[in-house]
Amino acid sequence: MKSFFNKQHQKLIADPLGDQNPITIQVLGICSALAITTQLENALVMTLAVIFVMTSASSIISILRNHVPNRIRIIVQLLVVASLVALVDQILKAFLPDASEQLSVFIGLIITNCIIMGRLEAFAMGNKVWESFLDALGNAFGYGWILVAVAFVRELFGSGKLLGYEIPGFNYLYELGYMNNNLMILPPMALVVVGVIIWIQRARNNDLIEEN
Amino acid sequence: MNKESNLYTFLFAIIMVLIVGTALALTSEVLQPMKKQNAADKKMIDILSAIGLNVSRSEAKTQFEKYIKEQTVINSSGQMVDGSAFDIDVLFQHRDKTLSPEAKKYPFFTAIKDNQTYYIVPMAGNGLWGPVWGFVALEDDYQTIYGAAFDHKAETPGLGAEINTDFFELPFKGKKIRNNDGQFVSIEVKKGGAEEGNMSQVDGITGGTITSDGVSEMLFNTLKIYDDYFLNLNNITDSTLVI
Repeated sequence: MKSFFNKQHQKLIADPLGDQNPITIQVLGICSALAITTQLENALVMTLAVIFVMTSASSIISILRNHVPNRIRIIVQLLVVASLVALVDQILKAFLPDASEQLSVFIGLIITNCIIMGRLEAFAMGNKVWESFLDALGNAFGYGWILVAVAFVRELFGSGKLLGYEIPGFNYLYELGYMNNNLMILPPMALVVVGVIIWIQRARNNDLIEEN
Repeated sequence: MNKESNLYTFLFAIIMVLIVGTALALTSEVLQPMKKQNAADKKMIDILSAIGLNVSRSEAKTQFEKYIKEQTVINSSGQMVDGSAFDIDVLFQHRDKTLSPEAKKYPFFTAIKDNQTYYIVPMAGNGLWGPVWGFVALEDDYQTIYGAAFDHKAETPGLGAEINTDFFELPFKGKKIRNNDGQFVSIEVKKGGAEEGNMSQVDGITGGTITSDGVSEMLFNTLKIYDDYFLNLNNITDSTLVI
């Protein structure tokens, strides 16, 4: 049975969004989830960059997987990821200079995003191109939606804005004595928000809870 | 060929690096003009923000040409030297430890807005985690600050990072870099708040003392050079008037 998009393929995409989520379940890629989620726009650009880097890297590594000498496979993976990241950085600098300024060092740090290397080593080195592509796409989206969710909460309560725009109703709230929570903008709150997401996820799915 | 042999491993690595290197070099080369343009636009936006103008990237160049009438370069002893003021990167000069203060060049921009002349001085210094920089606009008495715009690379969010916000920048307006006796004192970013009625102090940032001190030091070191130059300029014009 060979099909272009069968059950197994769906699972590759769907699992990382929920029960195999790289951030909330595998706790990978936490560093960037803390650092760039103060604003929704940054989270979106970061997500797009990671989707591009992950899908391309997984496909390239999967194509090369039977030719890569085993002893230097990690170096080859790193080389592919690093050059793709350098490419993204150049393109952002040229076409989206404002976003590039905001994300500054974090684009370079995509290289160290554990999810990317993790999926290359665990999946793309042993699977065909199409499967590897889907697996990367699923994991990148799994990473991305957490990023966007955290950034949504932090920008809304930290700055009282979304995507840099003021929320119309907030003026009345300010008059009632409501204040933006500056703590939301600081990194620790990202951890708390991620923690809350993990909590909700585990509360809804008992299979995720480890037995002691 | 045996995939695990040394020869294959080396060949694979070499070919891989060549391909990747070429691809990246080509992209960088192709995108170079756009990146340069973006950096120049950003600088124009920053310069204009010191005289209270908020311009977008797309209109940066036209607005810059509209307001900035003259660009001047001086050296550390306050003499005019040749060179393009816009192309001097003060931050780069600041971080270049091999460059002595005497060898540095100090650019400034003469702007005319609403028939008033302003002198915009770029500067760079050290914050807590990385460099801080900014542009300060002086009025045509060479001592009253018309506007200031600061920025930083990596100061603490919510604390030192606040130097690029209005609440820190606006109090600079109207402050004087010389005291009542005409002595150069620069502007001090004062921990615990500026003294009542002191025209040469602004409020520091609570929790951002080292960044605040960095800004103070940057203002002092930079404005001193320009103050000497402007003072000489004044004397020369005065004496010509006498003649």
